[in-house]
Parts: sequence; structure tokens; C-alpha cells
Amino acid sequence: MSLLIRYAEQSRPSVRFFLDGQAVSALAGDTLLTAVLTVRERLRTTEFTGSPRAGFCMMGACQDCWVQVRRGDGPVQRLRACSTLLEADMSLSTTSAPPPVIAEEPKP
Amino acid sequence: MSQSPLPPVVIGAGPAGIRAAVTLARHGLSPILLDESPRPGGQIYRQPPAGPGQRSASELYGFEAAKATAIHQALAPYADRIDYRPDTLVWNVERGALDLLSNGRTATLAYHSLIFATGATDRVLPMPGWTMPGVFTLGGAQIALKAQGCGIGSTVVFLGTGPLLYLIAYQYAKAGATVAAVLDTSAFGLRIKHLPGLLALPKVLAKGLYYTAWLKAYGVPVYTGITPVRAEGNERVASVIWQDSAGRQQHTACDGLGIGYGLRPETQLADMAGCAFSFNPLDRAWLPDRDSAGRSSLAGVYLAGDGAGITGADAAEVGGERAALALLQDQGATIDPSRVAVLEKRMAAFVRFRTALLQAFPLPAARWAETVSDDLVLCRCEEITAGDLRATVRKDQPRDLNRLKALSRIGMGRCQGRMCGAAAAELLAHQHGCAVNDIARIRPQTPIKPIPIGVTPENTP
Repeated sequence: MSLLIRYAEQSRPSVRFFLDGQAVSALAGDTLLTAVLTVRERLRTTEFTGSPRAGFCMMGACQDCWVQVRRGDGPVQRLRACSTLLEADMSLSTTSAPPPVIAEEPKP
Repeated sequence: MSQSPLPPVVIGAGPAGIRAAVTLARHGLSPILLDESPRPGGQIYRQPPAGPGQRSASELYGFEAAKATAIHQALAPYADRIDYRPDTLVWNVERGALDLLSNGRTATLAYHSLIFATGATDRVLPMPGWTMPGVFTLGGAQIALKAQGCGIGSTVVFLGTGPLLYLIAYQYAKAGATVAAVLDTSAFGLRIKHLPGLLALPKVLAKGLYYTAWLKAYGVPVYTGITPVRAEGNERVASVIWQDSAGRQQHTACDGLGIGYGLRPETQLADMAGCAFSFNPLDRAWLPDRDSAGRSSLAGVYLAGDGAGITGADAAEVGGERAALALLQDQGATIDPSRVAVLEKRMAAFVRFRTALLQAFPLPAARWAETVSDDLVLCRCEEITAGDLRATVRKDQPRDLNRLKALSRIGMGRCQGRMCGAAAAELLAHQHGCAVNDIARIRPQTPIKPIPIGVTPENTP
């Protein structure tokens, strides 16, 4: 289930990324927040009570949408989902666990 | 003219900052324009990321398309003169220098003259259920649609007060969402009472009336004088409970909820720079002092746009140009007095309109502080409840918001009180039975927004 609904610009090219280790897709030009919330109902859980969160202000003020992101086999970064654009093959986590390193697909 | 050796710096590339930078450039200066966003326009004229499939300006900005386009294109003719730096966060102001963060690198920028055009975000009063997925600010709901082509749900409710409620409901309905209800805490009678002041800007009033009439014509239920009760749902919002103006409890099913009570200016940088502030009872907020031209209490420091007091995008353009002219004048340049007169006359109308608007759509602060329950989470960052706050007040009797912050951590989380500050102030004042201006204001801390650990300082190999 998704939280956000796409109403426009649905012809933008598809971009693959990984959410909690699973391959999913969003659109080029999506923020991390849009990419996750058009696939899932939450972005993260809180450190104190574990309750689900999905951002709030969308303009970099509330700081409620920081997510863990990994590019390739690089280090885990915390990025603000509403103001970071999605890149192909990013690995994101919606839990407190770090996003996994995605193994290279075997060449055909 | 005797030009300062350092170029003037403008912070914020919304309508105020862009008009300020362009005005400085037109008068022969080479300003630096710093903006946190990747593309110019601010939040009001926010642009989607560039790429295929982008909507037209009229699809994105409706009646404001021409103004938005003019702002987006305003910098291009001065590209050789304005040092426009997008994706640049100003995270500190200290001793005549700004600390910047851009592409993971920090840098320091010295200044002699500075125009703050830092904009605003939604003003929020927490309600039970407001931290659930599916609940966003009104401005956030609008940004999702404008910058990403996404809505916060398929059946949505907009709750709070202010003209933005009606504009966003109109935009969502036009986009294809079902707007289940527009719930306004302000009584309709207030709009009638303050109509004379709203007539200061008849075209703006006409647009507001158009949106309201459109919603009525398309059967969107609009209720005024309501009291929010709670948002309900199992891990995401599923309905809103509210009380109508007759005191009857109502239930509206939805899968998205936008809340907001007007806007609050982003004043942290002006505060850090040392600008004097005064409490503005109309805004129920502390605003940096400024004269009618936008001069702050500090020499060489100017203020424009919603970051210095909420007056809206059109006023921001006027204020940006006026502040730039003040800067030029103070540096000894010759400016056109007839242009100044035009700008000041227009600004006076914006101020009359703003005064009426804030009275017609007031923050329902007193009723909120009286009725807020102990288990309500006020602080999204650290999940501090109204009960935690009340217990701290009873135990240690803090008289000042900063003391309350030190004791309870309210306002100390990642957002630095942007989301909870208004609520914490209202509750503390209510607990003490004093006015909200008698408990001081939360002091900003550097960095004004979280910056990643491991950023590279400038000049590091």
C-alpha cells in the first residue's frame, strides 16, 4: 500500500531502487520521500517509541524524514528524504536496521 | 558611489530574495544569492526537478503562473552579475561571517551587508494523531502536489485556518482528489467583520472568494468555527474527529490530512546575527524589528519577505526590492525616489490586508492550551508530551521557554522547535496564566538545521 498518490507527471522514466532489501521502482525526479511513500505507508520509525512516521512538512523544516541510505557498498548515510533526489539502485531502510548492501546481479 | 569591498549577500531565493538580488544587480552590484533549494522560486513558486514530463506553469501555479514564471526567469539576465548558489544551506551567522554547507562541504563567507529573505513554514498546533503517517502540514500537502505531482491521499481533509486551506482544497480537487472536508477553526463571522481591511487588496480577496465559491459549486463540504478533536487510524490516518460550530461531534473518513494555522517566519538567522526582535501580537510571534524599508536594528542588515513577518508572496517581491534599494541608499548609491514611493504605497496596502487576514483567521491558541490532554505528543522529534511539559512546569516552575527547553528538552530536538515551538509557548504561558510574550522566545542554536557528520571543511585536500 502507498501513502502518497500520483496525480501528475506519471510519464517520468522509471527508476529502480531497493527498500529494506527488496527491489522496487519509483520515477526520475522523485525525492526519497516520494519514492518510498508511493510504495510504502511509512518512512521510518521513531527512536523512542518505535511509532511509524512518514515526514510532515516536506520542505526541510520538521526534520521528521531522515532515512538511512546506502549507495553501492558505500557507508550508510542519513539523508533528509524530502530534499534528497532518488538515484538509481540506492538502498534505503524504513526500519532501524541499516540498509543492506545490494549484491551485484550475476552477468548473463 | 562608495562601494563596500565585499559583495552584498542575499539569503533565500524565493520572491523576496530574487527581487532583492536582481535590484542590486541592476544598480551595478554583484550580489551573492544563497539558497537551500536546488532551483529558484522558494516554497511558493517551488519548481519540480527538471526533466521530461514536467507540467506547464499554468498547471503548476494556476492564477499565479505569470508571477511564478517571472520569478523563475528573473535571475537569467543577470547570470554574469549575480553569484547564485543553489543547494547551499546557511547554518550559522557569527561575527560578520556566514557558515555554509554545500555538496557536503562547509565554507565561510564574510559579509558587510546582508539581506535575510528566509521565508516561512506552516504554523502548527498539535492534535492527537498528528504524528501518524498520512498527516502532513498544509504547505507540505501543497509541495507534494506542486513539486512531485503527488497528493497526500485520495480522500483528503484540510484542517486549520487561513486562506491556504481553501487554496489547497481547490488545488487537490482540481488534481482529482476527493476533498472530504475543509475544516476551518475560524468563525465565518470574522471574515465579514474584517472585510473592510481585506478590501485593501481587492484582487487577492477576489481570488479567495473564487476558490471558496468553486469548492461550494463542486460540492466540497466547508465548515467554519470547528474545533479539532483527533485524527484516528491504525498506523496511518483513517479519519478525523471534530466538533462543529454547534458543538456536535463529527467524523470524517479520509486517507490524508493536511493541518496548518497560517505560517511562521524562519527567523533563526536574523536572531543569530543579533537583530533586535519584538513580539507581534497579531502574529503571536517574535519578529525581527525593521523599518518600512526593511532595515533591521543592525547596520547593513536588511529583512524582506515572509521571513520577517507573514505578508505573502506579492508583498515579498515588493519588500525584496525595497530592502535592496535601502541597502543601495545606505551605501551611497542614487536611487529613484518615485520607485520608492510606489513600493511603499503598495507595501502599505499589503500591511492593511495582512492585518485583516490575521484577525479573520486567528490562531485558536487559548482554546487549544485549555483543552490539550496530557498524552498529546507536542514534540515530534523526541516525543515529549503535554503532560511531560506540565509536570516540568509544576516541579521546577520555569518562567522562560529556554529554561523549559533545558529542563524538558522541548524545542531541543532536530527541528529546534519549528514544529512544537508555538504550542510549547502557548502551553507554558497558559500554565503560568501569563501572556505568551512574557515567557521569552526559544533561542536558535547553531547549526540551525542538522548537518551530516563527516562534512569536509573548505580547503581540505
